[in-house]
Amino acid sequence: MTTSRTNTRIREFRLPDLGEGLTESEIVQWHVAEGDTVELNQIIADVETAKAVVELPSPYAGVVVRLHEAAGTVVDVGAPIVSFDVEAGPDLPTAPSAPDQAVSEEEAARDEPAPAKREPNLVGYGAAVEKGGRPQRRSRGLSAAGTPQPAAAALPAASPAAAAPSVAAGTAQHRERPRSTPPVRKLARDLGIPLDSLTGTGPGALITRADVLAALAGAPSSVAPTVVQDRPEALPSPTPPTQPGARETRTPIRGVRKHTAAAMVASAFTAPHATEFLTIDVTPTMELLAELKASRAFEGTRITPLTVVAKAVCIAIARNPSLNSSWDEPAQEIVQYADVNLGIAAATPRGLLVPNIKAAQALTLKGLAQALGSLTETARAGRTAPADLAGGTVSITNIGVFGIDAGTPILNPGEAAILAMGAVRSMPWEYRGEIALRSVMTLSLSFDHRLVDGEQGSRFLADVGTILRNPAMVLTMV
Amino acid sequence: MAQDGTRPGPGSTGGIDDAGPATGTVLPGPARPGADDLVQLIDSHGVRHPHAHYDALVADIDGPALQKLYEDMVVVRRIDAEATALQRQGELALWPPLLGQEAAQIGSGRALRSDDFVFSSYRENAVAYCRGVDLSDILRVWRGNASSGWDPYTINMATPQVIIGAQTLHATGYAMGIINDGDDAVAVAYFGDGATSQGDVNESMVFAASYQAPVIFFCQNNHWAISEPVGLQAHVPIARRAPGFGIPSVRVDGNDVLACLAVTREALARARSGGGPTFIEAVTYRMGPHTTADDPTRYRDANELEDWAARDPLARLAALLDSLGLLEAEYTDSVKATADAVAAELRQGCLSMPEPAPSDVFKHVYSTPNSWLDRQQDHYERYLASFAQAPQEGPR
Repeated sequence: MTTSRTNTRIREFRLPDLGEGLTESEIVQWHVAEGDTVELNQIIADVETAKAVVELPSPYAGVVVRLHEAAGTVVDVGAPIVSFDVEAGPDLPTAPSAPDQAVSEEEAARDEPAPAKREPNLVGYGAAVEKGGRPQRRSRGLSAAGTPQPAAAALPAASPAAAAPSVAAGTAQHRERPRSTPPVRKLARDLGIPLDSLTGTGPGALITRADVLAALAGAPSSVAPTVVQDRPEALPSPTPPTQPGARETRTPIRGVRKHTAAAMVASAFTAPHATEFLTIDVTPTMELLAELKASRAFEGTRITPLTVVAKAVCIAIARNPSLNSSWDEPAQEIVQYADVNLGIAAATPRGLLVPNIKAAQALTLKGLAQALGSLTETARAGRTAPADLAGGTVSITNIGVFGIDAGTPILNPGEAAILAMGAVRSMPWEYRGEIALRSVMTLSLSFDHRLVDGEQGSRFLADVGTILRNPAMVLTMV
Repeated sequence: MAQDGTRPGPGSTGGIDDAGPATGTVLPGPARPGADDLVQLIDSHGVRHPHAHYDALVADIDGPALQKLYEDMVVVRRIDAEATALQRQGELALWPPLLGQEAAQIGSGRALRSDDFVFSSYRENAVAYCRGVDLSDILRVWRGNASSGWDPYTINMATPQVIIGAQTLHATGYAMGIINDGDDAVAVAYFGDGATSQGDVNESMVFAASYQAPVIFFCQNNHWAISEPVGLQAHVPIARRAPGFGIPSVRVDGNDVLACLAVTREALARARSGGGPTFIEAVTYRMGPHTTADDPTRYRDANELEDWAARDPLARLAALLDSLGLLEAEYTDSVKATADAVAAELRQGCLSMPEPAPSDVFKHVYSTPNSWLDRQQDHYERYLASFAQAPQEGPR
């Protein structure tokens, strides 16, 4: 727990590692608001880790002055989540880690490229994450060969292509770390001197303490300019030399983005996708919608093409159940679901979420409209409960709202099908033997070819199309 | 006892609310009908049932003594809750809660003499409390502050064994030593239902029986070996295994503190008088997670927890005290004050625990000086000292 530098009454509480070796957790729900007075050990939040949903007891008695993260946020272990004013509460003993924290704050205040924080790593927060990538093992072969110079000095001998600034920068990351001893590495890190920029004068090109201190004093004899700075003069470059990264923004991959990526990769490389398209005249559906909107029964209900598509999907699944199934690889079983838990892809402030409507097949059109309304509203507000995200069996993605016609959607992992509905456009279309301006939409259906053959996929898509082309055709289907 | 369908095998059946008639002791020999009866003196509603055999063993437990046992259980439940909170607050890396097992641990722990020696697993914090452990010493290991929490000889309890079941070997070996010493102390091994599947536990029982060692195998059958239900690894009650080794065994309601006290006293008396080992199966329930890193809702039926909450060890003793007119506000207030004070002491001790020095890792490796280790320590200290030079030379 960190004591604020400006106000000793304010105590920050950082997210601990609530399991063993966890790096992040999601704040599911806050039980307190800013301004609330809390007692020691009062439950202030529910937090979901990779292992469990746990209750967080307040570490202080006092007043909640700030909630740093909103409910629904995935927070890194060690990040502050709540601050307390402990003036009102009893004076608690300071955690023994506090002096270390103070030191690391001072270090952070300086302009150091990578402040080496000494953090107690045995209690609650796990070991500090090494920002410099994977620990690198020195190649035994290289040192055994008696190479007298560090890898940096050997670079100019590489092929001309490797000397281009961008490539050189890339190579530098994978280059072997110059040899030195841990105390010297710490000294260099504390002083902000990259070891790559030094030429070791010790035995076997070992970088010594003297080399680091000489670099600090600016003695040119032992400081070799970095490769990146060195090369532009040798090779004419169309753009002025810049530090790598100056024209790019790097965002850590985490949270929903990370989960989305993992889910998409898992889906794309386990389920063989097949995609079919169908373009249809949905004018009768649009007319039906206009009629329903004007009717008293649907007053106050938001009803859209998505509502009708959702209903059509439920009806079509009843006729083609294999679209509502799942491939259980470990069990070597195909799981056929009785309920249609209809997922709706939603763009939210947190990124792509696919909350689902449980047992959507049992809902009336109006019930479906209401469920869709509250589902998307909750998702956009970032308040979707984990339970609403789990257990989906089939999904719809409405790319039409972005003005897009068609695409090849990637399956939500574990599901057999996903339907993308395109934009409704006024287009010249064949109508009763003539060309007329009609409302036209393209449907794109991706399905898992392990579970669904072209026949079932096509029949399903044709059924949905039939309903949208003429909603009255439902009479022949149910 | 209502069982859900997830636990195969009759081993999980308890019949815990049926007060067993006569004696629950199982003598070596073929299993006989009634062998699985539970010894129960206080039922889950807090009604005291007379028992022909065990009443005599707890004849001295009067009202004030019952009140003391209740206070013990309230305090250890509070210790457990406070430590769980400390883990959630990032002050402990991990904590194994004992919630639900208070009666089994307090009842047995309070039966012991100070010169008896306890060899426990990591969940017996209530036993450690009975042994008089310094509260913050319980947390030391879980805070990552030390390799072990206390000097075993100060409270005659070995530091908790994390290796499942290994402590039964230590206890048996210690008990064999007691024979050699000609002493009448007893070694007590605490372990769980899961540990009974370990080779160590079975080997221990072979040796304990062969040497007629004064050791008690106190098995808390809390129904779950992390996520594995007891019925999977015990198709008959665990207590029935011991007679096969030639060790008498008894099944006791582990949520009945008085019954646990009684059967432990009986086993202690047997061991002190040269009668050899006893196996006690205390049928209880782990109401919390395996550790703070576990989520039991993923593998355990919520109804099962509800069933066991109705057999809560504290609630039934409170009901008994109430029926005896011993649960006045003055008493409960003082119990609460004691628990609050203990919790505050525990928290204070945890937060103010000094960080160990790097060289502490060399302590207690050998009981006598070791030149090989001294040399390593010397190297390590010089290595650490080389860091200290850097700031003086740099512009810090």
